[in-house]
Amino acid sequence: MSPPPPSTGRLRTARILAGLAAGGPAGGWPRALVESCRDSTSVSGVALALMGRDGVGGTVAATDGGSHRMEDLQFALGEGPCREATWTGAPVLVPDVRETGPHRWPAFAAAAVDGGVHAVFTFPLQVGTTAIGVLDLYRGSRGALTDEQLLCAGSYADAATAVLLHLQDSDGPRTSAGWDGGSGEDAGPPRRPDLADVVDRRAVVLQAAGMVSVQLDTTPDVALVRLRAHAFTVARPVVGVAADVVARRLRFDDSDAGTSTAPWTPPGDREPPEDSSPHD
Amino acid sequence: MTDRELLIADAFVELADTLVADFDLVDFLSTVVERAVTLVGAQAGGIMLSDQRGGLEVLASSDHPARLVELFEVQNEEGPCLDAFRTGRAVTRDSPAEMLASWPDFTPRLAEAGFASAQAVPMRLRTEVIGALNVFRAAPGPLSDAEMKLVRALADVATVGILQQRAVSASTLLAEQLQSALHSRVLIEQAKGIIAERAGTDIDRAFTMIRGHARRTGTPLQAVVARVIDGTLRPPLA
Repeated sequence: MSPPPPSTGRLRTARILAGLAAGGPAGGWPRALVESCRDSTSVSGVALALMGRDGVGGTVAATDGGSHRMEDLQFALGEGPCREATWTGAPVLVPDVRETGPHRWPAFAAAAVDGGVHAVFTFPLQVGTTAIGVLDLYRGSRGALTDEQLLCAGSYADAATAVLLHLQDSDGPRTSAGWDGGSGEDAGPPRRPDLADVVDRRAVVLQAAGMVSVQLDTTPDVALVRLRAHAFTVARPVVGVAADVVARRLRFDDSDAGTSTAPWTPPGDREPPEDSSPHD
Repeated sequence: MTDRELLIADAFVELADTLVADFDLVDFLSTVVERAVTLVGAQAGGIMLSDQRGGLEVLASSDHPARLVELFEVQNEEGPCLDAFRTGRAVTRDSPAEMLASWPDFTPRLAEAGFASAQAVPMRLRTEVIGALNVFRAAPGPLSDAEMKLVRALADVATVGILQQRAVSASTLLAEQLQSALHSRVLIEQAKGIIAERAGTDIDRAFTMIRGHARRTGTPLQAVVARVIDGTLRPPLA
């Protein structure tokens, strides 16, 4: 068979989008897209996630709980094909997680195989150099995608990019915390659903990172690494550890243990931290 | 298919390919002009587009003499392209005498450049006229209906190209908005945690403090958040 002409992928993307548009209103497109992608590429699960270059984001749609878990897992561990695809801008194709995963993402590979995921194919979604997310394909059995499946998945990734941009374009003026300036009304208009809301599922972890950054006098990014490391060590979900920090059942410190669960004292009753403030 | 139909089909395939990769508007419009000139047996042509101020700008010309004629049209606000742009209709004249009557300055200038006739069709985006496509010929007289139809079709192709470019630049902007929306959320949540820890309050109260500070000082929320994170803004957030 002769190779397909260069416009085939584009045509396929147009057909995928036409199918979504015919199927219902735009709010349902992400879900319809991951399901259609799963069926067309014969994988076990597909997830569509928003993700910025800093690796923080969240799942917009997933075919089942398993796919959702894989993305949660990569956020919790701070490693995995999602982050790599977002960072490098290239697809990450892992036909055998057990074989190649441990070198690249030891914690993720172990957890993935435990969860019955043996192959992962992650496609970055980007416009020019701007990374906006990933399309993740998972399979319970080892093996590469066929050329046809690879082309197909690539077209779904292009369609997913178009869908995300369309939703970003169509959900109207932002009134959420991420968008208004300091001049907004107190009560404010009711918030519209916003793609960036996917971050809210992770909000507690980010808040905890902010708190821990003060406790350890470091940056929130480093604090997030500490949170993840602690969660990994005590084999708990990072969200649970973060909830303990925010509820002040757990503090991070420079002791050997690295944390303390001593009862919390409000800062007024403590020695004020003196003071590596960057006032200069 | 006749030879002409084949030529037209080729033109559309070539133009469609141009739309796919590394799209450059001026290159694209130049290709459209070349195709229009070849297909109707003209000697030269050009495309003008409306600029931000409601005037016209010469975007593509098949050669230097055509470019000079088009620039003359724009500067003197007289000629078929201008008429097509203003009226939204195809513009043609049956004879040199009619041309001279319509465009007393433009027609002699056109003859100097070696052309005896000129036609123009408008480029439309929905109801808005965004520009016009000109063809110039050495032979006098009008184009046939079929040829005018063809020029119109190519003007439509040119319009699609312009749409495509708008879509590409818009989606880059949207992607950047989306990325920065995500990043903003991350920073805001971190800042809430920092203020909660420093002030010994809960997260909701911390956010109220951050927002209140932004409002009182008339500072954008993102700027306040950035100062909380780099440590230059600390409680009490007066």
